[in-house]
Amino acid sequence: MSALRELYQEVILDHNKSPRNFRKMEDATRAVDGYNPLCGDHYKIFVKVEGDVIQDISFDGAGCAISKASASVMSSVLKGKTKEEAERLFQQFHKLVTGDIDAEKNLEALGKLAAFAGVSEFPVRVKCASLAWHTMHAALEARVETISTE
Amino acid sequence: MMKNPDDTLMAEFIERVDGIKGCRFNFPLLRQSVNGKPLVYLDNAATSQKPQVVIDALMRYYQEENSNIHRGVHYLSEKATQSYEASRAKVRKFVNAASVQEVIFVRGTTEGINLVAGSYGRKNIRQGDEVLISAMEHHSNIVPWQVLCEEKGAKLRVIPMNDDGELLLDEYERLLGEKTRLVAIAHISNALGTVNPIKEMVAVAHRKGIPVLVDGAQAVPHRKVDVQDLGCDFYTFSSHKMFGPTGVGILYGKKQFLDAMPPYQGGGDMIKSVTFEKTIYNDLPYKFEAGTPNIAGGIALGAAIDYMGMLDMEAISTYEHDLLNYATEALRGINGVRIIGTAREKAGVLSFVIEGIHPHDIGTILDDEGIAIRTGHHCAQPVMQRFGVPATARASFAFYNTKDEVDILVKGIHKVIEVLG
Repeated sequence: MSALRELYQEVILDHNKSPRNFRKMEDATRAVDGYNPLCGDHYKIFVKVEGDVIQDISFDGAGCAISKASASVMSSVLKGKTKEEAERLFQQFHKLVTGDIDAEKNLEALGKLAAFAGVSEFPVRVKCASLAWHTMHAALEARVETISTE
Repeated sequence: MMKNPDDTLMAEFIERVDGIKGCRFNFPLLRQSVNGKPLVYLDNAATSQKPQVVIDALMRYYQEENSNIHRGVHYLSEKATQSYEASRAKVRKFVNAASVQEVIFVRGTTEGINLVAGSYGRKNIRQGDEVLISAMEHHSNIVPWQVLCEEKGAKLRVIPMNDDGELLLDEYERLLGEKTRLVAIAHISNALGTVNPIKEMVAVAHRKGIPVLVDGAQAVPHRKVDVQDLGCDFYTFSSHKMFGPTGVGILYGKKQFLDAMPPYQGGGDMIKSVTFEKTIYNDLPYKFEAGTPNIAGGIALGAAIDYMGMLDMEAISTYEHDLLNYATEALRGINGVRIIGTAREKAGVLSFVIEGIHPHDIGTILDDEGIAIRTGHHCAQPVMQRFGVPATARASFAFYNTKDEVDILVKGIHKVIEVLG
């Protein structure tokens, strides 16, 4: 049960139940769809970028607890960050959920994201945790309209 | 002299058999633990586990008979050919085809459908024609027809279903029109468990002169299938869902259809003679079997059929029916659980959702309890859309599952609700 408790931490359960920034954004500068065909998770990430700064970020859609909590935590962490900072956090987050860095040793850099350390024990759930991040990344790069984890 | 391994296993089987339940001892994989708990394997609609006799048949082929079939004059080639063709004969009997010429080895149900779409479909379906499928099809019985319709400028039409997951037969009859060239339907739905009234549906189509293909992947592990009684023109299924190995399956087709169809793939084994000017195709069933097939898989499928025959298909159906009813009642009793697919006639499959909890999370928590179920859209996205859910959790049964395992599933679902509810 410990690995499971580690996965479904309080922070994750809380963000799943009461997701932050869970709304459409009318004045978004960019909106990108993210889709995980394996489980049908589907989110739209809205960003409002002014200059180099993410002034606002929100999301809409449906999916599992891990993907929803991840989108929610991401949105609260990235608001007000520069594109460069967002990119660095994305790299950190990716390393965290794939088990490439130790959460304990990087608590300061990770902040709230550390709650997702347990995902690395569940390889099939890595895509759930990173869907929103990949979508955000595409939105900032202004690359495509829809991204898929497959 | 060494004892025939078949006899040894048979004796072991009879000794241990205790109703259908006892047969789980024949499945070595089922003895393992997952996450420190005894495995509860309820993902049989995805693939079934294999009895020791099937595993032995695979090994025996590679240890004692490995050789290419239909080619050599040497001892081993002949032996392998005999085993492979004996398996075809077992399949013929298993589904009661009129002749072994009507039994074509393919890679699986998907290839069976693609073969018919690519050969029969390409030859007979023209611009403006219609192919009729149902609202509960697996993607493998949707996409090959879409590809064909796109190529030919034909139209794909869909038989709708009601909220219980039963096809609307009045609508079906209405949709069978002047332009309908083929009906392609599942015998049993992989996402809902609905058993479709194939015999009646075939009769209706035939009255209008329209041939019918049946996707039997979810039916053959659960009930006796008699293709002549059903009357269908094509029937296709996979070995791996009926306790045989992966990578092999069967397409049954009526001889007059197969005879008139062009080959599906070209290559060795499907020819009589080849010159650069002209090739003469081989007789049935070899015309549709280009290249070296999955010989070991085909032989081991025969072993799976022998095994199911020993258990008796009638007994399997009765036992599973009781098990599915038990599980359905148990899940109905849990607050917040909604069963997707409540047809009167069901087999093998129990799809459900829990209010406010995504199926993927259900799957992860159940896995922690050693329970294997499938979560997702089950390669049937239109079915999910029909029921307004992004995905479902699906427990699917085989004759080796027990009521004890259903009880463990129920406990697991309570735990899911406790953690995430």
